[in-house]
Formats: sequence, structure tokens, C-alpha cells
Amino acid sequence: MLTAEDKKLIQQIWGKLGGAEEEIGAEALTRMFYSYPPTKTYFPHFDLSAGSDQIRGHGKKVVAALSTAIKNIDNLSQALSELSNLHAYNLRVDPVNFKFLSQCLQVALATRLGKDYSPEVHSAVDKFMAAVASVLAEKYR
Amino acid sequence: MQGPLPVPGPPGAANDGVQGAEEGPRAAIKAGPGSGSPACDPREPEPEFLRATRSPPADTMVQWTAEEKQLITGLWGKVNVAECGGEALARLLIVYPWTQRFFASFGNLSGATAIIGNPKVQAHGKKVLTSFGEAVKNLDGIKNTFSALSELHCDKLHVDPENFRLLGDILVIVLASHLGRDFSPVCQAAWQKLVAVVAHALAHKYH
Repeated sequence: MLTAEDKKLIQQIWGKLGGAEEEIGAEALTRMFYSYPPTKTYFPHFDLSAGSDQIRGHGKKVVAALSTAIKNIDNLSQALSELSNLHAYNLRVDPVNFKFLSQCLQVALATRLGKDYSPEVHSAVDKFMAAVASVLAEKYR
Repeated sequence: MQGPLPVPGPPGAANDGVQGAEEGPRAAIKAGPGSGSPACDPREPEPEFLRATRSPPADTMVQWTAEEKQLITGLWGKVNVAECGGEALARLLIVYPWTQRFFASFGNLSGATAIIGNPKVQAHGKKVLTSFGEAVKNLDGIKNTFSALSELHCDKLHVDPENFRLLGDILVIVLASHLGRDFSPVCQAAWQKLVAVVAHALAHKYH
């Protein structure tokens, strides 16, 4: 469960990204496609070459959704309701993949933040991403 | 090729505070009589059909490209094993607090600051990462390298192999935070593969 401290840390760390959020989204996806090749099966219609416009565009979308979630961190279920429907009825991404994206997003954050990606921040982000994943999968069955 | 890592000596000898080798976490969880579960009972003879799977043919061995090997060994040279090992283990205990179940004898694990500053955590983290380094030195023989440690983790320590995967992912994040942009996507991919292979090798002897 996200504590008040977790929520504060997440909002702080998101604030430290200084506009690099979109880049981070694309980087997280790129890392995911490299480290977990089966994730590419969800994007047969994409150009997955490095720096592709589609990856940039999609990374931007993903990060925008996370930003929305962070702004509504006390009510993730409601804030992500549309996305939850989309994933359940349309995209049907197997939930194991949410963990892979979380890992790669965290690596992207850690490479940029170095020591600022402290154990406490790491824990808060990991919990947050797990909470988001749980909401996205909650209507699956 | 280097042989398997030596199994640590008798319990209580130099086990630096980790749960007594026979009991593992069961001592903390009030084991009933006959605490060794049937699944890990070394007295059960291994069925022949399973024994045949223990030494798979060479073509099922992990394949590393030259680039992957270079990314792994090159990066390892930059790693401060004591520092990163301690940090990785501390993060495991902080981010996934249920993993503390294996370390009841480590003293104060009451919060992130206590865990990070705990000398037993730091020492054990260094030990774990040093052992991990054997995989880096023996990329073509990882299963063999961790054979005895795998048996130890099953039979004596009773560690769910999922914990190896958790620690592996945390190690990757620690490396990322230390190396910054040098930890490129293709570098991460090689390391995610390595931690998965090590986790698999440590789980290989479970029964």
C-alpha cells in the first residue's frame, strides 16, 4: 500500500525530471524491447528501430498516463479507469509485462538520477508501478 | 573451466550470522516436527527420469554473443563489489520487506536507514555479489559454477528461487544508478540475461 511518504517521494522525483519525461518514456520502451524481446509481440505494427517516431510517440503517451496517475495518486482506479478498460477489452497485454516495463522505467530513472534514486525512492516507485499495473489489470476477468 | 564453488563449511563456523544452515527460516517460522519438507528431503531418491535431465546436452547451454560477453566483463571491471553488493542486498530488504524472513539473525532491520547501515547486511551483500562475480568469470559454465550453492539454497536455506529474480533485478537498478548513461539499453539487456541465467542456475538443483 502506498504510504503518504511514498506518495510524497514519487511526486518529488517526478518533479526532478525537468521535462525529460517524454524521453524517459521512449527510453523505457526501448530498454524493454531489448531486454524482454517477447514484449515486441504487442507492437507488430510499429517500427521498433532505435529512435523511431512511433516509439517516441508511444513513450510520450505512457508517461502522460503515469503523470496523470501521479496527480491523482489517491484515486488511481478512477484516474486510470479508461486505460483499465482499454487494457482489459482491447489490448489484453499479459500482466507479466507490466513488471518488465516497471523494471525498465526504473532503470531509465536510475541512470538519470544516480544517487537520487535512493532505496526509499526505489521502493516508492516500485510500489507505485505495481499499483498502476494492478489497476490496469483489474478488469481482466 | 573452473569447477563448482565450494559449499560453505559446517554451520556456525563462518556463516556470518545467516540463519543456522540446517534450519534456515523455518526456525523463525516455528517448524513442526520433521521440519524438512518432502520436496527438499535429501533422503528421497531422485527418480531416474529426472536424473536424465540434470546434465542437458551442450546445445542447450546458454549462448553468449561476443558483444554480450564484452558488455558484461567490461562493466564488471568498474563495479565496486563491496559497495554494490551491500547496496543491492539492502535494497532487496527495503523494497521487498518480506525477504527479511531469511535474515532474522541480522539484528536491526527496522527501516531503510537501519538496513543500509547494518554491518551484517553490508557484509553479506558483499559476499553474495562476490559469488555472483564467479558467474562473470565463468559465463560458459554458470550452471556448474552454482551447482553446490543451488543445493545449499534448497536443502539448507530453503529460499524460494523467486528471490533470486528479485535480487537480480535490483542489482541491475543499482548498476544503472552507479553507471548512468553508460548503462545503455543493450548493456542492460546483457545484464538482465545474466541475472536471469544466474537465478536459473541457483534454482537448477531444487527438488
